[in-house]
Amino acid sequence: MKRLLLVLLCFLSFSVYANEPTATTEEATDKEAFSPGEMILHHIGDSHEWHWFSTDNDHFTTYLPVIAFRPGQGVSVFSSRNLAEGKVYEGLKLEHEHLVSEDGSKVYDFSITKNVASLMISAVLLLAVFTAVARGYAKRGSGAPKGIQSFFEPIIVFIRDEVAKKSIGPKYERYMPYLLTVFFFIWFNNLMGLMPGGANLTGNIAVTLTLAVLTLLITLFSSNKNYWHHIFATPGVPKPLLPIMIPVELIGIVVKPFSLMVRLFANITAGHIVTLSFISLIFIFRSLTVSPVTLAFGLFINCLELLVAILQAYIFTLLTAMYIGGAVEEHHDADYQMGGGDGAEPAHAH
Amino acid sequence: MQIVTPELGLIFWQLVIFGIVLILLRAFAWKPILASLKERESSIEGALRMADQAKLEMQELKAGNEKLLAEARMERDRILKEATDVSNQLIEQAKNKATEEGSRMIMQAREAIQNEKNSALAEVKNTAAKLSIDIAERILRRELADQPAQQQLVDSYLQEVKLN
Repeated sequence: MKRLLLVLLCFLSFSVYANEPTATTEEATDKEAFSPGEMILHHIGDSHEWHWFSTDNDHFTTYLPVIAFRPGQGVSVFSSRNLAEGKVYEGLKLEHEHLVSEDGSKVYDFSITKNVASLMISAVLLLAVFTAVARGYAKRGSGAPKGIQSFFEPIIVFIRDEVAKKSIGPKYERYMPYLLTVFFFIWFNNLMGLMPGGANLTGNIAVTLTLAVLTLLITLFSSNKNYWHHIFATPGVPKPLLPIMIPVELIGIVVKPFSLMVRLFANITAGHIVTLSFISLIFIFRSLTVSPVTLAFGLFINCLELLVAILQAYIFTLLTAMYIGGAVEEHHDADYQMGGGDGAEPAHAH
Repeated sequence: MQIVTPELGLIFWQLVIFGIVLILLRAFAWKPILASLKERESSIEGALRMADQAKLEMQELKAGNEKLLAEARMERDRILKEATDVSNQLIEQAKNKATEEGSRMIMQAREAIQNEKNSALAEVKNTAAKLSIDIAERILRRELADQPAQQQLVDSYLQEVKLN
């Protein structure tokens, strides 16, 4: 998926370069040439202000607070308005949306960026929605669900029965809060990212990295001795092969959450890039006739993204549950992928 | 490339905010929701089990009723039979008793008749003896006076006897 993304990005940048000379010669009167690659990267990236839209003369932007920590100088908090259009404030400036100090000293950027603001909104939304659902249960007890409660109940039950119970087994209850939170967090943020003006939060590698690391930590902290036995003395593997198997298994521990991180990031980012590319076509061709095609494809991709939004949330949750399930699994006479189905006797490899 | 470089600030905020969301949702949403779901499921399961049990009990009750009914029928038949027997017996007894009584009464009557007859015969004998003595006395007295008169007297006495 990541490679695909890179190819896509390369393709996009080619088109930009290919377009530029013609644009500059033919439309020399234009103030600035339209660069889809830059526009798309700007859209899927993070920024210190929330840019809504621009007219010919005005930019409609919400300036967000900048919180910078510099060793020796302490914390400075100010509005990102002070840094707009390359201005320098308190010795800080923005270089490609990156906060740097003028003198080149180290800056730790804890700003409430667009993504952080979106994250906070989604947190409030999640809390509001699910406390409302919980209130429904408090009010109706074990009666039939109603309203928002009945919308989310099948999803919660699905996560519990199809994801947690099947993947983790009898110890699933401990992990339900994490699984449900991760699922709804990813889903809600995916949907918020699809909204006009929304931030690309779940398509940000920092966010997916954090979620993947949390999954890794939960897996490691709930692992039992069978899990480590499988890694350091993989059953069914001859002793001389263990020096090869152990590093492979150890890499496997990290690769699993790494795949989680990249999968979510790449899927969501790719979706945004494709949608934006179709919209960019209008500006590249500078023609109204291309817009029906563009809109049709854009709409199609957007609908696909609605599906991807819930699918990726489900996949992340399911894989998290499976990794946890692998870590908490009690020892049983495994068939080492050699035995038959349910009815068959487990093949003992002694 | 910038988009695959995680930003420290966002990691920090993501960790903090996601952690807070996780803790709050766990306390105020997931726990009550999952508890209610569990409670509802167990109540439904309980209700179903109870319905099954009630059905079973119903069947048992029905079977019991039928058994009771059959028993009652048998009891009734037995009682009826007994009653018939008793009544038959009673009738038989009464008949026997009546017959016995009748024959006893007949016997008594016969005895009484016999007694009466005996006493009557004895009286007749006594009276005859007395008359004979009387007659003999009178004859003896008259014999002393007149022969024909004596004859006449004997005749008249005999006539008297016949009248008796």
